[in-house]
Amino acid sequence: MQKFTTVTGIAVPLRRSNVDTDQIIPAVHLKRVTRTGFEDALFAAWRQDPDFVINKKEYQGGRVLIAGADFGIGSSREHAVWALRDYGFDVVLSPRFGDIFRGNAGKQGLLAGQISEADAETLWNLVEADPGLELTVDLASKTVRVGDLSVNFQIDDYTRWRLLEGLDDIGLTLRDEARINEFEATRESWLPLTLPALAPESPSPH
Amino acid sequence: MTNPLPTSAVPSSTALRTLAEKVWDKHLVTKGENGTPDLIYIDLHLLHEVTSPQAFDGLRLAKRPLRRRDLTIATEDHNTPTLAIDKPIVDPTSRTQIDTLRHNCAEYGVRLHSLGDIEQGIVHVVGPQLGLTQPGITVVCGDSHTSTHGAFGAMALGIGTSEVEHVMATQTLPLNPFKTMAITVNGTLRSGVTAKDIILAVIAKIGTGGGAGYVLEYRGEAIRALSMEGRMTICNMSIEAGARAGMVAPDQVTYDYLQGRAHAPRGADWDAAIEYWQTLATDEGAIFDAEVTIDAGELEPFVTWGTNPGQGVSLSASVPNPADILDANERSAAERALEYMDLAAGTPMKDIRVDTVFLGSCTNSRVEDLRAAAEIIKGKTKAEGLRMMVVPGSARVRIEAEAEGLDQIFLDFGAEWRFAGCSMCLGMNPDQLEPGERCASTSNRNFEGRQGKGGRTHLVSPLVAAATAIRGTLSSPWDLIQDGDQ
Repeated sequence: MQKFTTVTGIAVPLRRSNVDTDQIIPAVHLKRVTRTGFEDALFAAWRQDPDFVINKKEYQGGRVLIAGADFGIGSSREHAVWALRDYGFDVVLSPRFGDIFRGNAGKQGLLAGQISEADAETLWNLVEADPGLELTVDLASKTVRVGDLSVNFQIDDYTRWRLLEGLDDIGLTLRDEARINEFEATRESWLPLTLPALAPESPSPH
Repeated sequence: MTNPLPTSAVPSSTALRTLAEKVWDKHLVTKGENGTPDLIYIDLHLLHEVTSPQAFDGLRLAKRPLRRRDLTIATEDHNTPTLAIDKPIVDPTSRTQIDTLRHNCAEYGVRLHSLGDIEQGIVHVVGPQLGLTQPGITVVCGDSHTSTHGAFGAMALGIGTSEVEHVMATQTLPLNPFKTMAITVNGTLRSGVTAKDIILAVIAKIGTGGGAGYVLEYRGEAIRALSMEGRMTICNMSIEAGARAGMVAPDQVTYDYLQGRAHAPRGADWDAAIEYWQTLATDEGAIFDAEVTIDAGELEPFVTWGTNPGQGVSLSASVPNPADILDANERSAAERALEYMDLAAGTPMKDIRVDTVFLGSCTNSRVEDLRAAAEIIKGKTKAEGLRMMVVPGSARVRIEAEAEGLDQIFLDFGAEWRFAGCSMCLGMNPDQLEPGERCASTSNRNFEGRQGKGGRTHLVSPLVAAATAIRGTLSSPWDLIQDGDQ
């Protein structure tokens, strides 16, 4: 994963709450077996409307998405993060995120920053008054800056650290492999195993 | 910057703890410090074709082995056809996705239940059915409805593909601590009101983000009175309230469900397991971070009117007026939802006519759900022009239903009797709504386009689905009685 420091880019105002991952990428676009190539599937249904915000020419090349509360709720599909990233977004700001989406974003180098409802409104108004306006998102200081304005965003310290350092989660965990081995040695013998496949005790239970 | 990695791993076990905290502590490999997450051991990893290919690829690229194939199992469900399952899959990208799962499972030695196999089915129906889902274990799957397995008192988490790869490589996950919320459902459900109505009412009450950061524990007399199937329906939809997980403490109902299943412990192991399972219930006096109470006796059949699962009302109510909603965000969401759903504020829910009834999904596709619906429609006539699709949750559910003659009841009624899979719950396979088509669905999400582009979804219980299929408008079994129809 690349190190994340600051991003300066066009902000796109998405004045909608409860943007679920089915809207970010509908299920019919989940059939690819790669992690890339999802840019055209981003907001596929909404993008059919020429007035939808990311279709507007002044927001082309947007890198910072400013969304309403409860962004990324619903399905766990990481394809939602891949689609945002493939399209070119590096940052999503929202007053609240779906837990799984926020986790997925952190693993894939997409910054999910939590801002207050009031700051979302301020940023929306600012960007809508001057479409194409660029914001600077600074992960080290956890701020969004534009002109004289600076608003804070929240992100958990661990995710922030990993993003700043560009660290791979699995590699970090495997540093603790001895601990995992120790833990495994203490697991009860009766815990379920998937292998081998077993037949039920009676032909059809219940 | 210093490395904030964890250094010690000693859970405190003297304080009064909730069910969720006990299961968490039991699986603590390392305790996080200075803001780092806890490292949690995973007992069971369920895979399916949609969220696993990129994870297998990652493993391959990093030349990492699959750590515990004996704690891993796969099935095909999201993208599989529910007709002509003996023929090659027509859509080439769908076929590639299924073939990819088969190659990956063969390469890494993962047990896979493919289309046509007797154990194939929706991953959240298959795990419990095999007896792999057990109280007090940790379960993950690259699917948000993994919360279903919490019905057994397991900590069951839906995860993304990066986490799937993480579990494949390490059999652990770094997880942030959670908050606990007690959802106590007192009293007794009236006849015609089900587990589905409880959970729809809970989500309407706390909202789609109300559970964010929490593990929900469902408690109280009405939860204790539910079968395992009903408890699974409730835990399944915990994610629709934004929760990390949902759980029910195990009891005799849980043990009776498990005993004799293929992977349930046997003999002395069974006794040892019971001994552990009996320690899991939340300690008397343990403190939850939040509490919600619902009176089951006041609940009616519940349906959604909007485009998120929190937008629901009692079936006897009317479509709400957005102007009455105080919160500006919720008001604009409601306005958008009514426009998408093509509904006018003030319309009685019971006046809403549907084109399709879908009985299926990991929420409501178990044999008990099929039985309940079949009992309502038996000997009745389907509303003219209405399509009803019945999709059992697993091949075994289908076989069991057929042994009881349920398939014939559905077929005589004029419903379609399909093979097992996720089907129209997410419309990834050909089972989709047409644009503008309206559906009463026993599934879990009424998001825009969820069941097919432009499709409109009302979430309902199996009983409401069945009554609606008879009357053509959103209805419950109570309406059938009023029709003079015992």
